[in-house]
Amino acid sequence: MNLINLLRRRGSAPVARERLQVLLAHERANRGHSDLLAVLREEIVAVIARHVTVDRDNVMVRMDRGNTVSTLEIDIEIPHNAAALLARA
Amino acid sequence: MAKVVVVTSGKGGVGKTTTTAALGAALAQSGQKVALIDFDVGLRNLDLVMGAERRVVYDLINVVQGVAKLQQALIKDKRIDTLWLLPASQTRDKDALTEDGVARVIAELRESHDWVLCDSPAGIERGATLAMRFADTAVIVTNPEVSSVRDSDRIIGLLDAKTEKAEKGQRVDKHILITRYDGARAARGEMLSIEDVLEILSTPLLGIIPESQEVLRASNLGAPVTLSDPASGPARAYLDAARRLKGETVPMAIPGDKKRLLDRLFGRRAA
Repeated sequence: MNLINLLRRRGSAPVARERLQVLLAHERANRGHSDLLAVLREEIVAVIARHVTVDRDNVMVRMDRGNTVSTLEIDIEIPHNAAALLARA
Repeated sequence: MAKVVVVTSGKGGVGKTTTTAALGAALAQSGQKVALIDFDVGLRNLDLVMGAERRVVYDLINVVQGVAKLQQALIKDKRIDTLWLLPASQTRDKDALTEDGVARVIAELRESHDWVLCDSPAGIERGATLAMRFADTAVIVTNPEVSSVRDSDRIIGLLDAKTEKAEKGQRVDKHILITRYDGARAARGEMLSIEDVLEILSTPLLGIIPESQEVLRASNLGAPVTLSDPASGPARAYLDAARRLKGETVPMAIPGDKKRLLDRLFGRRAA
């Protein structure tokens, strides 16, 4: 157990690096594309809402800016009963 | 026609004022005409670090508001005769700075100097945005530590959006200056490495200033570290960084390598 703690302590820089990468990807996305993301979010929610009821708070639209490509990540939480409806349809 | 450089960071206490003094002195030591402007209105310190605190008569706000002429407010350094300081006001607040006034001061300094170094206050408020507003080049002072790196990233975003150059569709030339770097701790994985910081911020490196007691000693004495002890680690790193700023190619020395070797030779005695 002590050994694990020791190893963990030695490795605090990689943890710092990873936390920063995740955080800054998020902050940059919000900074650079705040308008675009807001529009995308609204339109995506509207399309989904035509078929299933979704809670607006459970829709996450995120953009990660990389060196060569950027990724658009859309994460929508669909309530259980709505998921069942989707599966049937 | 001077190049205007903003020394900025977002986070406080990372070494902006130390860096402005040392880089400015280093450039002036090479014969260039350098003006340093303290933008930290209300919390001025560049005068103290430069050892000119008892010679302040007029300040940036006086010049911005037309109370004093620029030539009356500029303090000529007693050690290097191509180095001048324009102190901030200690009694006013940052709202007294106007964009037009700052533009006028910088335009005038551009005519008479080779370099204008703007020492930004911490934060992203008026003082900081006006310090970067007319910059051609930015030196982003960063400690290898999460909060400093995050704030540097935010400042990079502002440099790309809120400067006059950015609004004209041009780019401010950005450089990272890593300060308080401890090579031994980075090697042990206790501190973010140079590569980590540069990769995260994807901005080129201007220099690496080692953590050193000499920096505190220099500010105690009121002398830029490049003057108080030119042979010390931080002074050499600042002198190299100043040459890179002038466009010279200078190999990057990673502080700590030599120390580690000495540690090995002398049985890891504490410095």
